[in-house]
Amino acid sequence: MKQINFTLNGKAVSVEVAADKPLLWTLREDLGLTGTKFGCGMALCGACTVHLNGEAVRSCVTPTSRAESKKVTTIEGLSPDLSHPLQRAWIAEDVPQCGYCQSGQIMAAAVLLRENPRPTDADIDDAMSGNICRCGTYQRIRRAIHLAARMKMQKTQKTAKAKGVAK
Amino acid sequence: MNEILNLSRRDFFKTGALVGGGLVLGVHLPKLAEPGRPAEAQQKSSTFAPNAFVRIGADDSVTVLINHSEMGQGTFTGLALLVAEELDADWSKVRAEHAPVDPAYNHLGTGIQMVGGSTSTWTEWERLRKAGAAARAMLIAVAAADWKVDPASCRAENGYVIHAASRRRLSYGKLAEKASGLTPPQNVALKDPGDFKLIGKPRKRLDTPEKTNGAGVFGLDVKVPGLLVAVVARPPVFGGKVKSYDAGKATAVPGVRQVVEIDRGIAVVADGYWSALKGREALEVAWDEGPLATLDSRTQGEQYAELAKHPGAVARKEGDVATAMGRAARKFEAVYDLPYLAHAPMEPLNCVADVRADSCEVWTGTQFQTGDRDAAAQVAGLKPEQVKLHTTLLGGGFGRRAVPDSHFVREAVQISKAVKAPVKVIWSREDDIRGGFYRPRAYATVSAGLDAAGAPVAWQQRIVCQSFAVGTPLEAFIVKDGVDGAAVEGAADLPYDIPNLLVDWRQAPGGVPTLWWRSVGHSHNAFVIETFLDELAHAAGKDPYEFRRALLTKHPRHKRMLEFVAEKAGWSNPLAAGRGRGLALHESFGSFVAQVAEVSVSREGKLRVHRVVCAIDCGPVVNPGQVHAQMEGAIVFGLTAALHGEITFENGRVKQRNFHDYPMLRMNEMPVVETHIAHSAEKMGGVGEPGVPPVAPAVANAIFAVTGKRIRRLPIRDQDLKA
Repeated sequence: MKQINFTLNGKAVSVEVAADKPLLWTLREDLGLTGTKFGCGMALCGACTVHLNGEAVRSCVTPTSRAESKKVTTIEGLSPDLSHPLQRAWIAEDVPQCGYCQSGQIMAAAVLLRENPRPTDADIDDAMSGNICRCGTYQRIRRAIHLAARMKMQKTQKTAKAKGVAK
Repeated sequence: MNEILNLSRRDFFKTGALVGGGLVLGVHLPKLAEPGRPAEAQQKSSTFAPNAFVRIGADDSVTVLINHSEMGQGTFTGLALLVAEELDADWSKVRAEHAPVDPAYNHLGTGIQMVGGSTSTWTEWERLRKAGAAARAMLIAVAAADWKVDPASCRAENGYVIHAASRRRLSYGKLAEKASGLTPPQNVALKDPGDFKLIGKPRKRLDTPEKTNGAGVFGLDVKVPGLLVAVVARPPVFGGKVKSYDAGKATAVPGVRQVVEIDRGIAVVADGYWSALKGREALEVAWDEGPLATLDSRTQGEQYAELAKHPGAVARKEGDVATAMGRAARKFEAVYDLPYLAHAPMEPLNCVADVRADSCEVWTGTQFQTGDRDAAAQVAGLKPEQVKLHTTLLGGGFGRRAVPDSHFVREAVQISKAVKAPVKVIWSREDDIRGGFYRPRAYATVSAGLDAAGAPVAWQQRIVCQSFAVGTPLEAFIVKDGVDGAAVEGAADLPYDIPNLLVDWRQAPGGVPTLWWRSVGHSHNAFVIETFLDELAHAAGKDPYEFRRALLTKHPRHKRMLEFVAEKAGWSNPLAAGRGRGLALHESFGSFVAQVAEVSVSREGKLRVHRVVCAIDCGPVVNPGQVHAQMEGAIVFGLTAALHGEITFENGRVKQRNFHDYPMLRMNEMPVVETHIAHSAEKMGGVGEPGVPPVAPAVANAIFAVTGKRIRRLPIRDQDLKA
């Protein structure tokens, strides 16, 4: 057992777990955040995707010790009120069916959009093909990512405009 | 209609059991616990619960209790719409939650509480609308009495009862308490479909917010104080048994609490999943592998081929195939071999059970509430009414969570009983892929004869596969005259006008657990029929579309979808170089679906499916958005099987383990899917499954169009397509 300290969704947390215990199970069992899902245990499906210092990682194969002194963001920390452009886009495009994979899909898409604000279909294929959806919502995920990109862009432009006026 | 109020619980069960096929309105449910609300608050609230399906709170909230589990197919939204429409509810105030287990919620077709067979919407079409209409009538009656006006002079709209003449209105929430005292009306008129405000228009799903912020609770997410986690070491060969085991090393793993033998294997119980998994890795078990220890897919194929040489139980016979075949100008035959398939829902199987001395609680995402509840009672040694089963969200079902033997529930109950603590049994992905209950392997021989003009005059199809019904309680429902209906569905009801027909079935030996897999027998029979028919069309020198169309004069709904998809896909338009187009048509679960696939194949044999155009006639549509979603999902499900799906055996063991060797279709393989829904006033069908059967044959036919190669085994392999 090892004491591991990290920042979870903006708050400092401390857990005592086996150092090799995957972050997924520490989040779900020790910290009570069940939005991050277990799908394969082998980094093959992406259902367990979280952000570690802003990078998308598969928490099912990430030892909890890797989170030491780092920032972890889960689906619960993406926004407090469904206001993240991806969440709004997911709702607008009616993406989920069973919904089980969608936390991972959204967390993977969030990194894509941060690094590439206007992804092409090919960019989406590259970034999202590690995430399996057994219900087959891929077409809607693609549409929702494009929509979220437009929402983000409009927000950025509005903010820029507002700043311009203020000057 | 029953008119029973304030029944004792016992009477309720007695009466509730009799209402199959009728209405449950008027059955006043005992107070149901609302999750997340203390009992005290519920006591004080003046919730109006006129029947088992709808509750209206003083806060204007309308809760619809959903008796067909939400597993992605949209029942929370679709069934709530049926109630809300006739209730004239304010849709923004409507929420859905899973119903408890109770005879009031039994499926009107099967008499048990369950979801499956693409039946949820059409079986509830009348009952749930009547539930809404009765509640509306009671709310109007209460308001009219309050205002001392004729109820006929009042109307309901968007969550209010309105008396226009006096310009008065009251919200449903304000009327709820008084309405609770009324007797539900005997007869309620339903709206003319022309007056529908909600039904028939695209409506966003009610469950999307909780599925985009991590709040939705699936079985795996259930939290109970003192909960332990178990993983089970199950026999490596189906039918195997524990010979002996040594728990020493397993119990030495930190976090492991106990190792217990159960009917289906050895359970390692621990503080959490990681410890339980490591404990299982350390566990030493000697297995008696049983008679399937030598099972091998190759020799099984030979066995099936041998079985196919001899006649089976006749599922359909028209005319005289032998004579017609003898006179045919040209004869064709083909052999098909389609593999076992795992459902592989994204959420691996799991179940939480908490067995106490005189009660048992179960939390799981199930498609089979009644059976699971009763199984839990049996294992716990309790009466069914002592068991409380909570249905969570299902992270996919596809048939895998409708298990007649309730094995995933039995395991949890047995372990909880043994360790005297609440236990969550978690299946690893490997447990899930190797856990059986597969779509049966299906081997088929088919032959046909064409006359001199190229018209088919004879068709003979023999299907060899296991039965998951014979020898089980399902037999009475599924097996008739020695024919397993699930094995021959889609083939026995071949719609094409061929004068001499023979379809028979040979039962393959059992042992490998098999089960319904989204679209069941249609999933293999449609592939055989629609690809072989395509062969006949090409042999006859006819366009596959025209060839089919000429054979559908007696089946207008089939014919209409064929024409509809051809029009929408631009069947006769030229294609880009290197592309091929294929067509397939199939009726299942009361709906008629035609699809056109466009593909290309590289010289190395790499297949790319670019586009699938889908046309469906499912009769009246409740929520077009969800029909689209189900077609998109079904096409991905069918493509996954066609391109990747295969469970095989070697030395009795399943060879596949996880998503690396049992792959799923991914984003980079996703074709553009276009769905077109026919306006139809015909009988309502289902939408969860009917989109699956046509896609594999449409793709295979498109492959033939572009490569000249015929696909007769699945999954489609690169080496089968190489130039």
